[in-house]
Amino acid sequence: MQTGPVIRNEPKITPELVAEHGLRPDEYQRVLDLIGREPSLTELGIFSAMWNEHCSYKSSKVHLRTLPTKGAHVIQGPGENAGVIDIGDGLACVFKMESHNHPSYIEPYQGAATGVGGILRDVFTMGARPIACLNALSFGAPGHPKTRHLVSGVVAGIGGYGNSFGVPTVGGSVRFHARYDGNCLVNAMAVGIAEKDKIFYAAASGVGMPIVYLGSKTGRDGIHGASMASAEFGEDADAKRPTVQVGDPFSEKLLLEACLEIMHKGCVIAIQDMGAAGLTCSAVEMGAKGDLGVTLDLDRVPCREEGMSAYEMMLSESQERMLMVLKPEKEKEAEAIFRKWGLDFAVVGQTTPGKRFVVRHGGDVMADLPIKELGDQAPEYKRPFISAAKPAAIDAEDVAAPTGIAEALERLIGAPDLCSRRWVWEQYDHIILGNTVQRPGGDAAVVRVENGPKGLALTTDVTPRYCEADPFEGGKQAVAECWRNLTAVGARPLAITDNLNFGNPERPEIMGQFVGCIRGIAEACKALDFPVVSGNVSLYNETNGRAILPTPSIGGVGLIDDFTKSASLAFKREGEAILLVGETTGWLGQSMYLRELCGREEGAPPPVDLIEERENGDFVRALILDGTATAAHDLSDGGLAVALAEMAIAHGIGAALNAAPDDIPAHAYWFGEDQARYLITVPQGKAEAVLGRARAASVPVWAIGTTGGDALTLAGERPILVTILRERFEGWLPAYMVGEVAKA
Amino acid sequence: MKSAVVVFPGINRERDMARTLELISGRAPAMVWHGEGELPAGTDLVVIPGGFSYGDYLRCGAIAARSPIMDAVRAFAARGGLTLGVCNGFQILCEAGLLPGVLMRNENLRFICRDVYLKVERSDTPFTRGYNAGQVIRVPVAHGEGNYIADGETIARLEGERRVIFRYSSPDGMIDPNWNHNGAINAIAGIINERGNVLGMMPHPENHVETVMGVTDGRRLFAGLVDALAQAA
Repeated sequence: MQTGPVIRNEPKITPELVAEHGLRPDEYQRVLDLIGREPSLTELGIFSAMWNEHCSYKSSKVHLRTLPTKGAHVIQGPGENAGVIDIGDGLACVFKMESHNHPSYIEPYQGAATGVGGILRDVFTMGARPIACLNALSFGAPGHPKTRHLVSGVVAGIGGYGNSFGVPTVGGSVRFHARYDGNCLVNAMAVGIAEKDKIFYAAASGVGMPIVYLGSKTGRDGIHGASMASAEFGEDADAKRPTVQVGDPFSEKLLLEACLEIMHKGCVIAIQDMGAAGLTCSAVEMGAKGDLGVTLDLDRVPCREEGMSAYEMMLSESQERMLMVLKPEKEKEAEAIFRKWGLDFAVVGQTTPGKRFVVRHGGDVMADLPIKELGDQAPEYKRPFISAAKPAAIDAEDVAAPTGIAEALERLIGAPDLCSRRWVWEQYDHIILGNTVQRPGGDAAVVRVENGPKGLALTTDVTPRYCEADPFEGGKQAVAECWRNLTAVGARPLAITDNLNFGNPERPEIMGQFVGCIRGIAEACKALDFPVVSGNVSLYNETNGRAILPTPSIGGVGLIDDFTKSASLAFKREGEAILLVGETTGWLGQSMYLRELCGREEGAPPPVDLIEERENGDFVRALILDGTATAAHDLSDGGLAVALAEMAIAHGIGAALNAAPDDIPAHAYWFGEDQARYLITVPQGKAEAVLGRARAASVPVWAIGTTGGDALTLAGERPILVTILRERFEGWLPAYMVGEVAKA
Repeated sequence: MKSAVVVFPGINRERDMARTLELISGRAPAMVWHGEGELPAGTDLVVIPGGFSYGDYLRCGAIAARSPIMDAVRAFAARGGLTLGVCNGFQILCEAGLLPGVLMRNENLRFICRDVYLKVERSDTPFTRGYNAGQVIRVPVAHGEGNYIADGETIARLEGERRVIFRYSSPDGMIDPNWNHNGAINAIAGIINERGNVLGMMPHPENHVETVMGVTDGRRLFAGLVDALAQAA
């Protein structure tokens, strides 16, 4: 039953070979039905590259469609290399977050470095110049033997790539938990600026147009990387090291400049970077999105190694490569630009009318496949899911009180998940380009847009332990906290990118976590007018059947019209009033207090009231923008006392706080993690007026203390010198990294 | 001031430097590509900015130092032209033989980006005339290889001839190992050549010139250069 050209079929495709390519028997049957014959090995490789979870989103697509992706300022939602939003003045912000989890666990430096490289390419592929990077990192327990090695390698890799490429890494998050022991998470986010009417897309147009290969040469590195990212790890994880690619930020910087130059000169019709599944994925996506066929001639692909087969070239994940459809009349001009930058340039194929993906090599046709079915019509599953029973709320009265609030605060502020991340972000160049208004360590980073006065606020957030206890509330909370962090620096939150990290979707309980988190994210995005414009899904984060905590990282972008009005969390002056915005009930379920001091990871997470979030946030933002609030900080992990300590440590100014109200146990008041809350400071003379404005707006606000002195004094408790708090806060991570503490 | 910023592949702070030069002098610098054989006519300040020229491959600054444009820079410096190398630019000037010594990996073997304090040792150079001798300024560093070293004889000569221009210090100007983040010998952050017209320094004064960054201590270095050139003209 042969159709189409005769394709040499050696070796024979055996069930073992099919399994090695990660295709299930029913998926292979689908291949057979689709092409009406046995595939060649190259074709099998192509199907495996396109239909794996990482590239096809086959388990997640049906749920991702439920996310709100539209908004007045959205120019491009999910489905392209990155999302695009309108930030006014003819400019657009292009951003996305993507995971590089599996490679980073196997080879932390290169895994993380190429993760940064990949996401930067996604952004400049669209015509944007990258202006900032962020990341969200999750590591195993500090005491696990691999953790220190992974932290060291991942941080050095992120820095090594971003610093050399020349983009500031301005923010991010780092957490530790035993559930990441066998699977660390490395989520990298890049943000760029482009002219709004000069955005470039992946969809090819026009028949007979030249398809051009640009950038570095193709080698044998990274073959099957995407398939690796679509399977669980077993004991043999280390043996997968050869599937990790090697990054070259020097080439990427050249590629950036060359790409922006040929885009500027009007040479480009369509452009796609070669990321996961390299040449295969980029060529198929360009064709499929443009409803065109693509023919590739592999004899013209620049190769780093001799004797590469069609199979190897199609599956290589060598870095720093691009595929473009150029305007034929501009081909020579584009080539001259690439030669100037010392990069490879080769016409390797053309667009065709037939919607077929044809690959030729050494005079033979190695693959001839229907392009739509490979690309946007890949398999899709509605996997069964079960939602775990929600844990009961924990009454604060049932949580042991500490010997003293001061002692508890000293321990919490030095805990692995709450202490300073300075050791990490000092390894990232966070000031290059000269636009970093707010550096790492605050609620959100703020970067000036071009020459100002506009600024972008950027942050990444998620609280995985909340997601584990209640995926729906956890999903809501991740979005709400991101929105809150942008608000706390005075920005108007605009849109998010989501990086959804979960375990094996073939297990209904994992799928239940995924579905629950998506529902929560969707609900919060709707309520906060905070659409999802790009994202990435990373499943199979499991080792020996043990999954990571559900970790939907949310990367948020907000806009501030005048960056000089942005607020930071540091107490600025002595004698200012400290105001607490938002309702405090003393919610200790799933709190850091419960985990770090009581050793319990239990209970329901704090519920998120999205109406309150919005009202409280809008109130705080207005106070920042009209210059009333002199400092602002969102309340999250560790609650009120930890937030106060952070504000005191930042500029070395203490504070005196009133005692906890009678109706809430002291430890629940100081360490509870109720949502929708902020701390702000205002000059003493303005406090009454602010409380009046709050009453008028029905926003709950209390004056709870005054800044000043060299200690943080919670009424009725032992005062703590700010210098001691700082020592605790700054001490743990550097000590841990030199092996002085195994664990807090 | 007619400045030229030399750009090698992999240099990445050329935009920061160009923006600062334009901001302070009112005139945009010429961006000179490494393959060019000559500097623009009338150039009176050459700046080699920071970055990772040629990916820091082989040894940082080594490949750039052998680029065609460096012959023109050497000739310019030999004529007494003011030449400033910052970060990778300092490394390139050392590799090119315009300044003595080398920059090794930071003592803790990690890249470090933070604000540091510099004691300005002399105010009688074209680069530091905007400061007072002994003044402490705050500027950022961002490097993995900033640990300055030279043989004992060279160091003795540098010190004897007062050619150490900037030293890492505490906020109140004390030379203290705790405030020397990269382990440089004698806390050396910047040195000048014998003739006094070529300065190499690891920190980035060009990143501390606008209030957007919170600190503007770097301004006076560039403002001083503008004054020096105006006076010479």
